[in-house]
Amino acid sequence: MPSLGADMEDGTFIEWHAEPGQKVARGQVICVVETQKGAVEVEIWEAGVLAKLIAAPGQRIPVGQVMALLATGTEDWKAIAAAAASPAAPPPPPVRAALQPPVAAFDASGAAPPLSGRLKVSPAARRRAEELGIDLAAVKPSGAHGAISMANVELAAAAIEPRDAQAAMRDAIAAAMSRSKREIPHYYLASAINAENSIAWLEKRNASVPIGERVLFVALQLKAVACALRETPELNGFYQGGKFRPGPGMHLGVAVSLRGGGLVAPALHDVDKLSLAELMARLKDLLRRARSGQLRSSEMADPTITVTNLGDLGVDTVFGVIYPPQVALVGIGRSAVKPWVTDGAIVPARIVQATLSGDHRVSDGMRAARFLVELDRLLQQPESLV
Amino acid sequence: MSMSRDDVRKALIDSILAVAPEADFAQVRPDRPVRGQLDIDSFDFLTILEHLHEKIGVDVPESDYGKMMTLDGSVDYLAQRLAATRAP
Repeated sequence: MPSLGADMEDGTFIEWHAEPGQKVARGQVICVVETQKGAVEVEIWEAGVLAKLIAAPGQRIPVGQVMALLATGTEDWKAIAAAAASPAAPPPPPVRAALQPPVAAFDASGAAPPLSGRLKVSPAARRRAEELGIDLAAVKPSGAHGAISMANVELAAAAIEPRDAQAAMRDAIAAAMSRSKREIPHYYLASAINAENSIAWLEKRNASVPIGERVLFVALQLKAVACALRETPELNGFYQGGKFRPGPGMHLGVAVSLRGGGLVAPALHDVDKLSLAELMARLKDLLRRARSGQLRSSEMADPTITVTNLGDLGVDTVFGVIYPPQVALVGIGRSAVKPWVTDGAIVPARIVQATLSGDHRVSDGMRAARFLVELDRLLQQPESLV
Repeated sequence: MSMSRDDVRKALIDSILAVAPEADFAQVRPDRPVRGQLDIDSFDFLTILEHLHEKIGVDVPESDYGKMMTLDGSVDYLAQRLAATRAP
């Protein structure tokens, strides 16, 4: 079970998108896991051939626990699967009782139900289990000779209470933000940026393309943030084990508020290297999937900095809370027409407030101020961000 | 073929429901700004316009976004825009 965010302890397995014997490439989606932040498509991080699928639907699995066996290199997947199925094979790592789901039908006493070998199940019970998506290996039998009856299946289904997704997401946000405010000595910087050049340039561009190719100002902002980070790499990365580790790329976490409450901040990868059109296409795809709960594991796990844009809510300024283990957060407010002094004259211009929340263990305000200056400079020349 | 105001309203509401499925139009004040009432951000708004373009072939330029603040205003604007672009 991969860690899909620093605050994740376990995930509930939903389904496999692959089968034993299937060749898989690194980055391929092989299964879906439900987390506190919604369902996530899990990408495998190594190429090989899937030998054995261990995780079953409905199981809550701690981070680090084995979900499947993979044959890599010249290994024979059938041999691995056979070895895992034989009684001599070591049992799967024990699950701590505290991490077991609170389900009566799951055997939390420590005597794990047999994962291998043939289960004794009545045909009606097997059919019912399939209908309900219940893993038979996790159902406690009570019938003659330890057979699983239909009643056992119904009992197991009833015991799996649907978790309140809203409450779970609120818990996840609370945990991450409490940790942030407990551990990260934040400092905050703000700068008013004249966005007239950028917005006017975008309006002109958008007027000449079909509706599906229009670029939102937020996409231009993201590109500018990613490019400005080149000046100040100490804002882009992670603070772990008492030291800073620079991010492997400009992977911007985009704070997305969800209908009905809560938010997620999945990553757009290598934003500084994307063309504006491609960035907009990826942003659309990401926002759609974030709101329909179809994010991928790499997007959940690895943003190197987060950008929050509350402009649509009509606030001028947002000072964000850093998402650990990241070390900075960029906030961008709404664009509003205000008086602006240019060449000694007062002119109306669309102004945005850009802010930076920084981690004082890693960076200082003096250096980080250069980030906002660079962001301003880039937004004055939008044609350089194409 | 010209569309009635009711057709335009239905296309608009269907397009909004595609991005905000929980929207309750019985509660929406048609003469007040609609985006705030339904939590429609700029990305949602663009998506709604893409749906409208698909459904009824209307192309709303960015410079006219200000004419689509309320539900009633949007229906007026869309009906006019359709009539103008369909005229020979």
